Amino acid sequence: MLAEALGAPPEGVEAAVTVVDGLDRALVHGLSRVDDEGAAALEATAAAFADSPPGERIAEAVGKILAGTVSDEHLVALAAARLALLAAAHDALLAQSDSALGRHRDGVIPPIASAPNGIPVAGCRSWLRELAIAGWRGVDRELASAAAQSVQALLPDPGQRRLAVLLDGLTAELQAVAPVAGQQRVPVRRWADLWSRALVLSQPTVAGPAPATPVDGRLLVLGVDLHEHPTVFRAQVHGLLEQSDGVRLVRTSIAAPKVDTITGPSAWRMLAGFPVLLGALAQRRAVELSGMPLTPSGDLIWDDAAAGAGEPSDPFTVAQVRLAGATAMSTAPLDRHPAVIAEPVLLQGYTPNGAGLELDGRPLPVAVDRIPAAGPLTRELVGASTACIGLLRWDGGRWAVQPLAVQVVQKKKLVTVHTADWALGPTEAKAAKDEAGAGMAVAVLRERAGRLLRT
Amino acid sequence: MDNDVVAWERRSVTPVITPVRPRKLAKVPFVELAEGRLQGVVSSGSDIARVYVSSITAVEHGLSCSTNNNRPCGGLRGAAPCKHLQALLVEAELQYGTARVARYLRIEVAQGQDLLSGLHPSTAPNQAAQVFSSFLRHLTYLELPASTDPLPELHWFPASPAVPSAQGVADAG
Repeated sequence: MLAEALGAPPEGVEAAVTVVDGLDRALVHGLSRVDDEGAAALEATAAAFADSPPGERIAEAVGKILAGTVSDEHLVALAAARLALLAAAHDALLAQSDSALGRHRDGVIPPIASAPNGIPVAGCRSWLRELAIAGWRGVDRELASAAAQSVQALLPDPGQRRLAVLLDGLTAELQAVAPVAGQQRVPVRRWADLWSRALVLSQPTVAGPAPATPVDGRLLVLGVDLHEHPTVFRAQVHGLLEQSDGVRLVRTSIAAPKVDTITGPSAWRMLAGFPVLLGALAQRRAVELSGMPLTPSGDLIWDDAAAGAGEPSDPFTVAQVRLAGATAMSTAPLDRHPAVIAEPVLLQGYTPNGAGLELDGRPLPVAVDRIPAAGPLTRELVGASTACIGLLRWDGGRWAVQPLAVQVVQKKKLVTVHTADWALGPTEAKAAKDEAGAGMAVAVLRERAGRLLRT
Repeated sequence: MDNDVVAWERRSVTPVITPVRPRKLAKVPFVELAEGRLQGVVSSGSDIARVYVSSITAVEHGLSCSTNNNRPCGGLRGAAPCKHLQALLVEAELQYGTARVARYLRIEVAQGQDLLSGLHPSTAPNQAAQVFSSFLRHLTYLELPASTDPLPELHWFPASPAVPSAQGVADAG
């Protein structure tokens, strides 16, 4: 009984999150003037690691910060401590979800070799240090935009895309909110998450890309999770990889740079360079893969040239017949955080109930904020649905389901609606008309770029 | 602090920015609220290779408008906004909503009045170079290649929802 098995957090999660909360509070007012409460929180962080190998480094960093010295070395020790606490929470939560779903997971990820980071990250690191010293409440318009040049320098290097995308998202939020001092509320956990991950990714040496192995097989799509901030749009496909030796739960990701005025269904236009994948999503087909790289964490590194359209494939049939027996893969060590948990699940036999679904007499909240404008799925359709493919998510201390597709009875007929149905453009007349207007934005900006960037 | 605020502050994934609304870009391809100004680029009606770079500072409402080659706009005389600045303000309202623009620029207008009527304009130093380079930086995103890396941090950034349910921080005040 899924909702029951997910009802209470596993042991240890609350304790870990409480330590993280204290640390995050200290970042609100900045590390240049830590008050008594902040000092207690930093000491609690050091205490949490007292008996473990990094304990000494963390205790030293806390001591130095409380004495008034905030160096890169101390900050990265603090960020790493925070990451480790949340990684432990991730492991416990994923184990809870695996046990609730009866999901088998391949254990260990081989260690990934470290590689030297590029020069531009030094600028990012010093901006992240300024943020920690000032605290979120101390972020004014100037500090919020001070990373612009450093981020700009990361953009041409595909190896730095991860850090650049993260920093672009964080700076856009800081710029929209600054001066933060006047705001009623601050996204405390969220910004500390983004800050600590950016700091770890901008160290002089970082984990290199995960080694990928080419695979052959058939990809059966379950659903598509869409991500976006002002300068990126990304479709992440969750599916099953059928190979001769079994079925694995995998993901694949295509992300395109964009600008803020390109949003909603038009954003798909930015991904037009992946016609095989988009076609398979819009037409609900399987994809035949030949030599597509797969990482140990279950990410297919998409290459349209290694893919071909396959037979029609209904995601609900796939979920019904194949999902339960599929083997999941493990999260890469540095990525472990409750917010990256996104476990595909098929839900049936529930009663829609306000902002959630009632399953076996227990409520399971629906993450309605994650129903994207770029597709035809709506909260009304979820509220009228009889079956749902979604992702289990954990945030704010509880599990919720993020719908990716639903089955719903309309005009006495059972229809299915997916987030990626509009991958090749809206299939509904009114949405198509709106998109045609908004989609001109892409053409207008490309024309302007062509004319002005090269003069 | 009330419980709702605490619960919101303890979420990893929560909307902070209200997404901008799509609008037609042919006339005003670029609008942003940044560096203490409403600034943007307005395409010339007569010359396809020319654009006007226009800005209005917050609080003082200092106006500036010139071409990308730094020729002053002939329509901007003294403190009366030229047609480029007027178009900039109208498109900013479409993109961000009237309330957000008014708050950023500190324009006080009575209900039903347009923002233009609430400006008490002055002249400001020419900001064309800075604004234009901001526009070019904006355009470079359209020229960057796509990425197929797993980009795990994007889990913090769900795609804009069809119906934003919670207001962003910037709209809370």
